[in-house]
Amino acid sequence: MQPAAANTGPGWPASIFDPAGPYAGSITTLSWLLLAMAAGVFLVVLVALWVALFGKHRLQKRLGGTRTIWIGGIIFPVIVLSGLLVYGLSLTRNLAEPVPANAMRVRITGEMWWWRVAYLDARGQPVNIDANELHIPVGQPVVLELESSDVIHSFWVPQLSGKLDMIPGRRNILPIQADRPGTYGGQCAEYCGGPHALMGFVVIAHEPAQYHAIMAARRTPRQQVAGRGEQLFRSTGCAACHRIAGTDANGIAGPDLSHVGSRSSLGAGILPNNRGTLIGWIGDSQSIKPGNRMPAYKMLPAQDLAAIATYLEAQK
Amino acid sequence: MPQADPARGAQAIERVGCAACHQIPGIAWPQGASGPSLAGFADQGLIAGRLPNRPDVLTAFVRNAPATLPGTTMPAMPLTKEEARDVAAYLYATGSR
Repeated sequence: MQPAAANTGPGWPASIFDPAGPYAGSITTLSWLLLAMAAGVFLVVLVALWVALFGKHRLQKRLGGTRTIWIGGIIFPVIVLSGLLVYGLSLTRNLAEPVPANAMRVRITGEMWWWRVAYLDARGQPVNIDANELHIPVGQPVVLELESSDVIHSFWVPQLSGKLDMIPGRRNILPIQADRPGTYGGQCAEYCGGPHALMGFVVIAHEPAQYHAIMAARRTPRQQVAGRGEQLFRSTGCAACHRIAGTDANGIAGPDLSHVGSRSSLGAGILPNNRGTLIGWIGDSQSIKPGNRMPAYKMLPAQDLAAIATYLEAQK
Repeated sequence: MPQADPARGAQAIERVGCAACHQIPGIAWPQGASGPSLAGFADQGLIAGRLPNRPDVLTAFVRNAPATLPGTTMPAMPLTKEEARDVAAYLYATGSR
């Protein structure tokens, strides 16, 4: 029986050999080229080793001559590595090109151990806040402004682009693009403390029409349900850390829960999102993601946990 | 259990995240503590301390616990009937090791 990998979230494990867009594509092509060339050089070295050990004396002499050193040790590497450098730079030029000014922009802030997501308007103002999940339209570049609020994290969605560090006090720009709809898993790629391995991310790429429908729905004010779950959400103090748009829950220490009911994952891209996992997470997130900053709420009776879960499930 | 496959059950367990609340033998992560450990389930007399531990009852319980045992704290899980049977088979398979 296969033991579960650490991150079993949606879209993970993501194959680095299956790029879904141009940015990841050029990196994959370059990786294959490097692998093929390294394999070729390795083969030549093995043959040379075989000759040195078991070859005819005449060949051994030639192998040990100055000529071989000049050709094999200097001229060949200079030509091949220079060629590779030029080709590699031209191949991955799209990664360094200035990003289109009118491209969709999203600010993603690394937090210990989750991701703050802010969809920006043309003036760079946040229009929608979410966490741990990013919706994008297919077929166009999306510009990510990567920041960190505590330590160095690294943003990595292998099928959409390369890795880029999130450095406190700095804004790094990373374009991503998906050319086919799908769910793409991501993972923090820079050790950032305890639950680093459980800091996953999910990107969901939609056809543009569907993407715009989702975003339009988010802008429409919701009818808030005032039930037991909502009361408990206030009285147990959830709102001190979590925000739910349109209510007076406006904590910003933890992930924004305005759309938690529509998210594909919980705990930052690591668990499937359903009623069971939601109750389990609220009741004792420390047994699932030890060291994360949400305390366990073991003191809450199960009926209360279920009521809070019902309330959160409604936050689409 | 005829037609049930413990290996498929393990996949279903991971897909819906049963281990967010339960320790389950063979599932390395997570090992949630909100619900009881499911180790040695085959040797257990009762499900949730109330229902007879029979394959048909367990199959119904893992899929829709509140309907099977009103008042239980375990919620209904997004499993098909077939998956629920596989999950039950997995729990019995780990218990009889």
